[in-house]
Amino acid sequence: MSATTPVNRRLTSFGTANLIERAPETHPLTWRLNADASPVWLEEYRAKQGYLGAKRALTELTPEEVAAEVKEAGLKGRGGAGFPAGVKWGLTAKGEGIPRGYLLCNADEMEPNTYKDRLLMEQQPHLLLEGMIVAAYANHSYRGYVFLRGEYVDAAKSLRRAVAEAREAGLLGRDIFGSGFDFDIYVHTGAGRYICGEETALINSLEGRRANPRAKPPFPGQSGAWGKPTVVNNVETLCGVSSIILNGVEWYHGLCLPGSEDHGTKMMGFSGKVKNPGLWELPLGITAREVLEEYAGGMRDGCTLKAWQPGGAGTGFLLPEHLDAQMYSGGIGKVGTRMGTALSMAVDDSVSMVSLLRNMEEFFARESCGWCTPCRDGLPWTVKILRALEAGEGEPGDVELLLELTRKLGPGKTYCAHAPGAIEPLGSAIKYFREEFEAGIRTPSTANAPQEPVGSV
Amino acid sequence: MATIHIDGKDYEVDGSDNLLQACLSLGLDVPYFCWHPALGSVGACRQCAVKQYRDKDDTRGMLVMSCMTGIKDDSYISIDDAEAVEFRESVIEWLMSNHPHDCPVCEEGGHCHLQDMTVMTGHDRRRYRFTKRTHENQYLGPFIAHEMNRCISCYRCVRFYKDYAGGTDLGVFGAHDNVYFGRTTDGVLESEFSGNLTEVCPTGVFTDQTHSDHYTRKWDLQFAPSICHGCSSGCNISPGERYGEVRRIENRYNGAVNHYFLCDRGRFGYGYVNNADRPRLALLRDADAEDVDITLSVDAALDRAAERLKRARRVIGIGSPRASLESNYALRELVGVDNFSTGIEAGELERLALMQRILREGALPIPSLRDIESHDAVVVLGEDLTQTAARVALSVRQAAQGGALSLAAEQRIPEWHVNAVNTLAQGRKNPVYLATVAETKLDDIARETFHGTPDEIARFGFALAHALDDSAPMVGDLDDATLGLVGEIASTLKSAKRPLIIAGESLRSIAVLRAAANLARAFNQAGLQGSLSLISAEANSTGLAMLGGESLDWALKTLTRQDADAVIVLENDLYRRLPAKRVDEALDACETLLVIDHQPTPTCRRADIVLPAATFAEGDGTLVSSEGRAQRFFQVYDPAYYRPDDQTHEAWRWLHALHTTIESRPIDWTQLDEVTRACAESVPVLAGITDAAPSASFRIKGQKIARSPHRSSGRTAMRANISVVEPRQPQDIDSALAFSMEGYSGTAVARQQVPFAWAPGWNSPQAWNKFQDEVGGSLRAGDPGVRLIDQPGTRGEGRPLAYFSEVPSAFQLYHDRWQVVPLYHLFGSEETSAKAKPVQERMPEPYLALGITDAEALGLNPDAKVRVNIGKHELLLPLKISSRLRRGTVGIPRGLPDMPVEIFGEWARLEQEVRA
Repeated sequence: MSATTPVNRRLTSFGTANLIERAPETHPLTWRLNADASPVWLEEYRAKQGYLGAKRALTELTPEEVAAEVKEAGLKGRGGAGFPAGVKWGLTAKGEGIPRGYLLCNADEMEPNTYKDRLLMEQQPHLLLEGMIVAAYANHSYRGYVFLRGEYVDAAKSLRRAVAEAREAGLLGRDIFGSGFDFDIYVHTGAGRYICGEETALINSLEGRRANPRAKPPFPGQSGAWGKPTVVNNVETLCGVSSIILNGVEWYHGLCLPGSEDHGTKMMGFSGKVKNPGLWELPLGITAREVLEEYAGGMRDGCTLKAWQPGGAGTGFLLPEHLDAQMYSGGIGKVGTRMGTALSMAVDDSVSMVSLLRNMEEFFARESCGWCTPCRDGLPWTVKILRALEAGEGEPGDVELLLELTRKLGPGKTYCAHAPGAIEPLGSAIKYFREEFEAGIRTPSTANAPQEPVGSV
Repeated sequence: MATIHIDGKDYEVDGSDNLLQACLSLGLDVPYFCWHPALGSVGACRQCAVKQYRDKDDTRGMLVMSCMTGIKDDSYISIDDAEAVEFRESVIEWLMSNHPHDCPVCEEGGHCHLQDMTVMTGHDRRRYRFTKRTHENQYLGPFIAHEMNRCISCYRCVRFYKDYAGGTDLGVFGAHDNVYFGRTTDGVLESEFSGNLTEVCPTGVFTDQTHSDHYTRKWDLQFAPSICHGCSSGCNISPGERYGEVRRIENRYNGAVNHYFLCDRGRFGYGYVNNADRPRLALLRDADAEDVDITLSVDAALDRAAERLKRARRVIGIGSPRASLESNYALRELVGVDNFSTGIEAGELERLALMQRILREGALPIPSLRDIESHDAVVVLGEDLTQTAARVALSVRQAAQGGALSLAAEQRIPEWHVNAVNTLAQGRKNPVYLATVAETKLDDIARETFHGTPDEIARFGFALAHALDDSAPMVGDLDDATLGLVGEIASTLKSAKRPLIIAGESLRSIAVLRAAANLARAFNQAGLQGSLSLISAEANSTGLAMLGGESLDWALKTLTRQDADAVIVLENDLYRRLPAKRVDEALDACETLLVIDHQPTPTCRRADIVLPAATFAEGDGTLVSSEGRAQRFFQVYDPAYYRPDDQTHEAWRWLHALHTTIESRPIDWTQLDEVTRACAESVPVLAGITDAAPSASFRIKGQKIARSPHRSSGRTAMRANISVVEPRQPQDIDSALAFSMEGYSGTAVARQQVPFAWAPGWNSPQAWNKFQDEVGGSLRAGDPGVRLIDQPGTRGEGRPLAYFSEVPSAFQLYHDRWQVVPLYHLFGSEETSAKAKPVQERMPEPYLALGITDAEALGLNPDAKVRVNIGKHELLLPLKISSRLRRGTVGIPRGLPDMPVEIFGEWARLEQEVRA
């Protein structure tokens, strides 16, 4: 494998994360990154404490102790849902008579405005592989797959080279670190569907089936890929594992800021019309305002912040007044939405909320897998109403209808979390900017005219 | 059992059900689409939402999909909750956003689950004002029409077609609101069960093309509870008629037999009923004026026939396994027991007698079709079930898939949670072992297959029996591969809880049946609680075996020897059973040939007198299926109502009338029940047939059962071309059914005989819910039919059938000749369905199948035509290369029109190749 990056070409993920000051004690995810974004290959990675966490896990700890440490550290899933990784690992079926299963890395990063996993994989693939080895050890997995978003060509190159290096060095394969533990990793590039980020849809897709979410139970930990116990973790989650094993729980607990209920650091970002859009590894508990103003440099001159989204298109819109919310799941929860991926987006006052939501809902409607009715047929309806409002062809009742749809496509009513995520920004946008939506109503009502009773049938 | 509280009332329900199933079983209306009693729950459509409360004090509750919710004892549920009602209406509204408003021109209209559910939820206003997505439709063959624009994406079609029936050429494509259900390209749907799509689809995406060709709304059809005559499975059907034509056949629910599904032969093979070439008038062929048929009045026909028969020294009666017991019995009464032949070839009759013996005296009980599904291992000896008894093949497939259920049970995943069950199972199946002459369409579920000649299949069965029980006869000189396979299968079978053996008539091998009997006994000796199913060839073969009578060979010989000079042939084409030369000799030798049939068969064309017989659509009668289940089929319509000159009558009526005319006495039998009773009284093993259905005097609330839905329209006009005066509706003296919509058609009173599935608010086949004790269970009045063969254990201590020791010898391979083995085709091998045009489109041309090794050794091209000499027959047949046919054998399709019948089991010489 000779996937070297051409000298003249910087990786797309080169950016702010490479440029801020970083230290091993405070930036476990990014301290190894090179300022020029050149990938950290095996030699350099090993020189920078690489694979020490994995070595400790495999040679000094039992799988149960590894899972317990990660659980105690409080490492939460970084893909957006925030489910504690250690708890998930504790639920994986293992033991007498249960076959060893799979460790899947969810690298199908397709959330609009989210670009954190790409950086980690492009520039520092060994950190992910190390995390996967530790996770596989804790979960008795015998094969790992990186389910990678197909468009992440550079990440695929990096990961493939890293896998080859690791195999060559005996870090993958049989009897890793002389521990008797066998494990190998394959990189699987997806065909590009948002729903593959849903863990059971990801498993279906990996197996070569339609990427529809699966019924739960059985949970993947019981019966996942090819019917075997399966753990699915996000890239960033897995990247956080080895430092916990190496430096301990206490150190990890010291990383976040006062007030945060979640531990560790998190890749956070701000995009939109800010002065310095980008991505930084920051302690959980930092306020959104600090991220926006200190790291992203505030709004560009002439632009005023109108609204912002804390962590991906599937999270709700917030107002400037919410910027003092702390970036951790409970902190954003207090202002009414979810932290999601923590890669925030600033909406400036030149942007029409109707157009923005039309664009977003087009994305979500297109990415519906088509399995359940509310999502498959409800989301396209929101798109069509939003297009009408955008074109000034809305009808009285359209906004109410949108709100009705946000209610009926909510949690518990659909098969998976796709539609609830899709309508969360819509509901909050109407909540805060209803007049923009109502401004799209021009024509007199036809369809929504008061109904006359018809004969009973 | 569990108690649940729904909208303030307490109900006892089956705790293993899901909530939707439980509600429907209670008779409560909860709308649904993606759920189906046979296909389980997948939670896709979200239509069946109800409110579930944490406990008695919870007032908010939360919406749950009832199909995905297990029953919890003492749980509180609301169907009427305002939020649930509103959500269910919204689901319909979303589905309707892309559904065309084409009900008036849609063939599903009036038969449509989507219509029913739309009305049920109260969605009657359209708020969606934008464009609808559109799809292109596909050509799917002569059976199924495709209109994808109507699709509501419930995924039932692919779940039935792929997951349930094992089809591979129908799939789901695309995503979001552009999901497409179809094939990769236009083309004939390959599954033998494709017709079920028309009932599984909740709307008009997949409709019956044969119905479309002469379409009538469901409510304007006249139905009767009927039994499929296409094979010996005894599937219950619901044929619909209008203007004196059968227009479609739908499944009729019988919880013990076919439950929701039919095969395509049974569904689409009805065209022979409507064919214009059917004899519908009594005909006399004047010997002096050849080829001139003289039509006769009924009385004249009876007089002329009686006159000729009275003149005869001895009259032979040849019955038929495709005619009812009543008609066969009436013939036997007319000619006398000593002169009655079953019309079945001697070898087959001997095998049928052996089947009877094995089933009555053997070691294992006979499973019903439904019961086959609950076996955990299956051994098939010889039968290519998909082609010979297709519905049985579908049941065997379910038995294989039952393997998933035990895994699910371990994980406490309920059976109805099908996707979860499938995720767990990952394709793991119960073992199915197939021993056949060539490849079959069950090979995909087979754990192991064995291919050989009929004798080798028998040897395989004998060897398996010996492997299970040392005292069973051994098979000498088996090759190592077969021995290994037998050992492996035996060890798996030993751990089965309920293994099933299936064998049958199709290979025409008594040795295969003996092997099956030995295997059954070996199961029994090994302590396995198994079952045995023996498949007979035709709709009433088993019935004829019970009725008894001489073979067809005997009849022909008697005629050829001129020991008799007249013969009455009942619904039987003798040329399909014995060599044409022998039939010709016999018929040439007799003075009078009287044929009673509904098809212009070659036998019929030779008749001196032809009397037009009723098909299943114009008459009633009783059939006995392979299971030994006697079932009554009922007349669908009276042909004389539309065609006053039509002389079609049940054959038993003609025969009895003829009998009394000959004897110059008044008739004894005026109605079917009298014939059935007489037959039951004179043949002890058939004593139970009177209970196969209620008698003609059966009434519900003083009414007969209506054959048409109450909305039936156009009655006063449908005969206006004949007379503007509407006559009185025909009166059915033979059954408890009334022609037209007059009579009872409700669900409140439990009944077995249901001409059509309908209940208020339920116009689609989903209305069967309302007739069942629990959804997907049995009919509330009991499943129709009566099993005539006592089960081992219940019949007292008889002599148990001993092991058969006649093990056939090993196959001898020759370099210059090949043994001819029969191959079967669902479309083509059965006589009457092969006369239906849509079936004809699916029939293969005659061919010669040769194993790939032999074909290569002979240097034959795949596109070659081969000249085959078998006895005195020389055939030029296109070659079909088989990957499984054993070396030294050739396969030739059996039962196709105009193919010689005596070639099977004989030796063929492949003389030359003609380049195509």
